[in-house]
Amino acid sequence: MLTGKAQDGVMTTQERPNQLFRNISAKIAALPMIATALVVFLGGTLWTIFYSFTNSKLLPRLKFVGLDQYERLWTTNRWLISIENLLIYGVLSLIFSLVIGFVLAALLDQKIRFENTFRTILLYPFALSFVVTGLVWQWVLNPDFGIQKVLRDMGWTSLEFDPLYNPEIVIYGILIAGLWQGTGLIMCLMLAGLRGIDEDIWKAARVDGIPMWKTYLFIIIPMMRGVFITTLVIIASGIVRIYDLVVAQTSGGPGIASEVPAKYVYDAMFTKQNLAQGFAGSTMMLLSVLIILIPWAYLEFGGRKRV
Amino acid sequence: MSETVLAPVSAGIDGPSGPKPKRRFSRRNIFVYGTLIIVALYYLLPLYVMIVTSLKGMPEIRLGNIFSPPMEITFEPWVKAWAKACTGLNCDGLSRGFWNSVVITVPSVILSIAIASVNGYALANWRFKGADVFFTILIFGAFIPYQVMIYPIVIILREIGLYGKLPGLVLVHTIFGMPILTLLFRNYFTSIPEELFKAARVDGAGFWGIYFKIMLPMSLPIFVVAMILQITGIWNDFLFGVIYTKPDTYPMTVQLNNIVNSVQGVKEYNVNMAATILTGLVPLIVYFVSGKLFVRGIAAGAVKG
Repeated sequence: MLTGKAQDGVMTTQERPNQLFRNISAKIAALPMIATALVVFLGGTLWTIFYSFTNSKLLPRLKFVGLDQYERLWTTNRWLISIENLLIYGVLSLIFSLVIGFVLAALLDQKIRFENTFRTILLYPFALSFVVTGLVWQWVLNPDFGIQKVLRDMGWTSLEFDPLYNPEIVIYGILIAGLWQGTGLIMCLMLAGLRGIDEDIWKAARVDGIPMWKTYLFIIIPMMRGVFITTLVIIASGIVRIYDLVVAQTSGGPGIASEVPAKYVYDAMFTKQNLAQGFAGSTMMLLSVLIILIPWAYLEFGGRKRV
Repeated sequence: MSETVLAPVSAGIDGPSGPKPKRRFSRRNIFVYGTLIIVALYYLLPLYVMIVTSLKGMPEIRLGNIFSPPMEITFEPWVKAWAKACTGLNCDGLSRGFWNSVVITVPSVILSIAIASVNGYALANWRFKGADVFFTILIFGAFIPYQVMIYPIVIILREIGLYGKLPGLVLVHTIFGMPILTLLFRNYFTSIPEELFKAARVDGAGFWGIYFKIMLPMSLPIFVVAMILQITGIWNDFLFGVIYTKPDTYPMTVQLNNIVNSVQGVKEYNVNMAATILTGLVPLIVYFVSGKLFVRGIAAGAVKG
């Protein structure tokens, strides 16, 4: 992904005494990128981490309190619920979107008719925003008018299907909406992976009389390891950020039952005037992404040099 | 259920050409099409419910179930959602948010693509010392949670006097669109044969000359992909809109959320659903019109999550 062609030949054609002025228009043209990378991404991140050790309230202040903010964070019930929700949502969303995405991709890969129609239908939710997704599912799952009422009207009077108003299961209601929105994308990535597999592999498996499901499970999936890992990183870094969906669908409720870390951070920074708490929370979010990201980057780019 | 879709299959084969025809109603086919049709119906269901609900009057919604088609079609909810729905004290409907979103999206798309394409070009063809370091940081920026950068950006925008204003939000979208777009353009420009670039250099073309005369005309498809990616991405944004703008300049998504989730007044579900469709309409149109290019865009832009 990141390895480009080296253009050494071009660079040496223009020998100038001062290194800094070589290739000067390219450097000027790249200034926005350099500024973004250094000031916003690197600088901003370090700034936030740095100020998470202070007791900034309404405005950032340089009064250091060590790890107090983190201690407070991990003893706050709302944060703990957020983390628990994120874990449940994250693990289930990873498993389901990978499995469903792969199965759908495999079905679409059967040289079927109307492949484009099916793909268009399965992917359209991804074009919609999380806000729209959350609001639609809020309506579909509405206990007084939605699925619960329809099923009760059909004679299943004792049915309880009320995920958005039941603190025990509200996170699963959000999961339903999140999966609806996101599996299409995973399906597309998986389909691209499946299309990249040599036709001869299938022929060989057929000649050997290996059943289809076994071919998928023991030959194709191991071959698609790279696709799976990349997809995993993409889903995981998206999950940690989950915010708009929850805000639109449940606003964190009922009570604080469906809070997520990103919402905790936003509320601490912008509504509770508790900046450093927000910084500490966002630093924890960063940490969780780095735990996923660094091994992946190492495998993906560190490993390639040895090959 | 599967018969309806399979019917055209039998109609499509009329000559003895091509490979040996397979049995069309094999168990496997029924399973494949059956599953796909059921899943497709499930995916379409919320869209159907949205449309149906938005065309009903409130009395009918209270009585009927959400899946039944409207007995009496009314466009009143749409009119109300567009022109009269209230957020706080403003009662001029979603139209305000729509135009805000247009004013945010258009310059953001143009600016982010202009900057990212030049960045990608510099990275692909004019590599300079340290370029890879900046680029790696940039790509990491695509994955790390925005939450760690939100507040420093608030400070920067406040310092340059753009906090709470539309140009500020445009700048934010340009910044956060940069990683994925730069990657997109860099990879595309790298795939253009190097000989072209070298020939132009021999003929004396400089940095900008090559960009405008050779690279730009050769890479229109990737510009379209980038546009699709940015239009849907920026239109659908909620987090940046809510942080970096004021209620008067809220983009459509934020206003929609405020209309639907407002606690005051009687809930008008039909108006809410009309408003929801209206907000989703722009990205949906982009999606259905662009077809395969959208898939290409998201495959490249998937990191936006």
